[in-house]
Amino acid sequence: MSTTMTLAQTQQELVSEFAMFSDWQDRYEHLIELGKDLPLIAPENKTDDNLVRGCQSRVWLNAQLKNDLVHFTADSDAMITKGIVALLVRVFNDRTPEEIIGASTDFIDTIGLRAHLSPNRANGLSAMIDQMKRYAVAFSGNASTA
Amino acid sequence: MKTKDAPVTKAYDVERIRAQFPILRELVHGKPLVYFDNAATSQKPRRVIKAESAYYATINANVHRGVHTLSTKATEAQEAAREIVRRHINAQHAHEVIFTGGTTASLNLASFSLGQLVLKPGDEVLISGMEHHSNIVPWQLACERHGAKLKVIPITESGEWDLTQVPFSDETRVLAVSHVSNMLGTINPVKELIAEAKKRGIITAVDGAQAIAHLNVDVQDLGCDLYAFSGHKAYGPTGTGVLYGREELLERMPPWQGGGEMIDTVTFEKTTYAKLPFKFEAGTPNIAGIIGLGEAIRWMEDYDFAFAKASAEQGKSAFAAHEHMLLERATKELLTIDGLRIIGTAKEKVGVISFVIEGVHHYDLGTLLDQQGIAVRTGHHCTQPLMERFGVSGTTRASFTCFNTTEEVDTMVTATQKAVKMLR
Ligand SMILES: Cc1ncc(COP(=O)(O)O)c(C=O)c1O
Repeated sequence: MSTTMTLAQTQQELVSEFAMFSDWQDRYEHLIELGKDLPLIAPENKTDDNLVRGCQSRVWLNAQLKNDLVHFTADSDAMITKGIVALLVRVFNDRTPEEIIGASTDFIDTIGLRAHLSPNRANGLSAMIDQMKRYAVAFSGNASTA
Repeated sequence: MKTKDAPVTKAYDVERIRAQFPILRELVHGKPLVYFDNAATSQKPRRVIKAESAYYATINANVHRGVHTLSTKATEAQEAAREIVRRHINAQHAHEVIFTGGTTASLNLASFSLGQLVLKPGDEVLISGMEHHSNIVPWQLACERHGAKLKVIPITESGEWDLTQVPFSDETRVLAVSHVSNMLGTINPVKELIAEAKKRGIITAVDGAQAIAHLNVDVQDLGCDLYAFSGHKAYGPTGTGVLYGREELLERMPPWQGGGEMIDTVTFEKTTYAKLPFKFEAGTPNIAGIIGLGEAIRWMEDYDFAFAKASAEQGKSAFAAHEHMLLERATKELLTIDGLRIIGTAKEKVGVISFVIEGVHHYDLGTLLDQQGIAVRTGHHCTQPLMERFGVSGTTRASFTCFNTTEEVDTMVTATQKAVKMLR
């Protein structure tokens, strides 16, 4: 389904999903569930180079350009962190580099997630977004010449 | 001694203690705060907060500098705090108490200055395998500067020093070890090890960061040359700390930082230094904080009679007894959780419990406990070599204090069970 949705629509979808939950437990259970759908990074790509700096638990993130779209894979040793990456991947996966570079990330605040993250995790979250955007920037030159 | 109350077990009035801490009225995610991160920093009783703000409101002035009234009052208040610290740790002289920014600053001062004084190529500094990074890195730096080597006392499975394998040698110049481990809670036999070091003519430094709020620290009884601690871990303000040093050694140690306050006379050719303790206190000190630290110690002594007297009478600390009761309850209850392992099972422990749970990452657990209003510490606790020793990447640590209750321990155990269910 989500492949037919625009980036903004996916963000909206996530906002609605999280709006259904009134208490922290349901919200976190949902986040943990999301983590289970994360496109996992290949074991050989779980290298120190692919570790996202600024996260307190370990997060690996990799990206490849396929048919001019950025395809992300990731993993984490902590489940909540994995859920957070999964949420970002759901929004940014298989988009053009330009879409990713131009995307706003306000939806994270709308979901109310940032308020529930410790500063450490919030830094980790920003680090993940930065890393995804950096991949997009790196690919943006390649895509047009390919 | 305050013996008008019934025996400690009956008389310990936790509500009376709780009433002293304004922060305990705060809600976290809508739930009453359960503060189990006391080893990271302790909360402050109202008296300490008041003492610090009263300084600013009524006597704020720079110390040791002016002839005017406020400066005199500020100086007197700061020096009164020095005397309170002296008495509390039973130092011989007030000028053996150097005010610093904290344990880390104290240990940097100690390692820099001692390095200059005694370390030569081939010499050794002996630490233990359970040290906080603050008691590792400064010595490593000193060793690098002087071509010396760092040696390490191994740690047993229960989280104690392996006293059969202490690598003392003829080259050992300094022994620098912690009184109490922040990760394991182990109370180390520092007095015995210091005695052994003394026989070999080794200078001894103790990291007392985790001891000062729980044990009756008596530097003369311990026999150490140097003793470091932080005010903020003993109900005092952040940015305060102490390095105690034996007079004779401090006299020989060169200054660490230069600046105002620490000089006698300055010419461009040569500077002579102020006498103790000012030789080691360059710049304007944290006057408000130091006054707060003095008040924190007086507060401890008022509420815990064991702290009120020097070790001549070895009174059992009421705080420590209460914290030990909480530790035993937490240990027993947490162990009912499937796959839970406690790291640090020494016989002598303060109220610190570190654990790992199979299949559960400590960050996940810490986050889910926080959602339930419970503050614990997760991660490597600035003891990475110790984590490696136990083959874990981090632990969850609950550390108890005088105001925690058995109900809070039960709340944590229930919350942990709930989190584990969510994460498995
Ligand atoms: C055993 C130990 N040593 C040193 C320190 C450093 O103390 P500070 O950060 O107050 O300088 C700590 C604080 O966590 C500690 O637990």
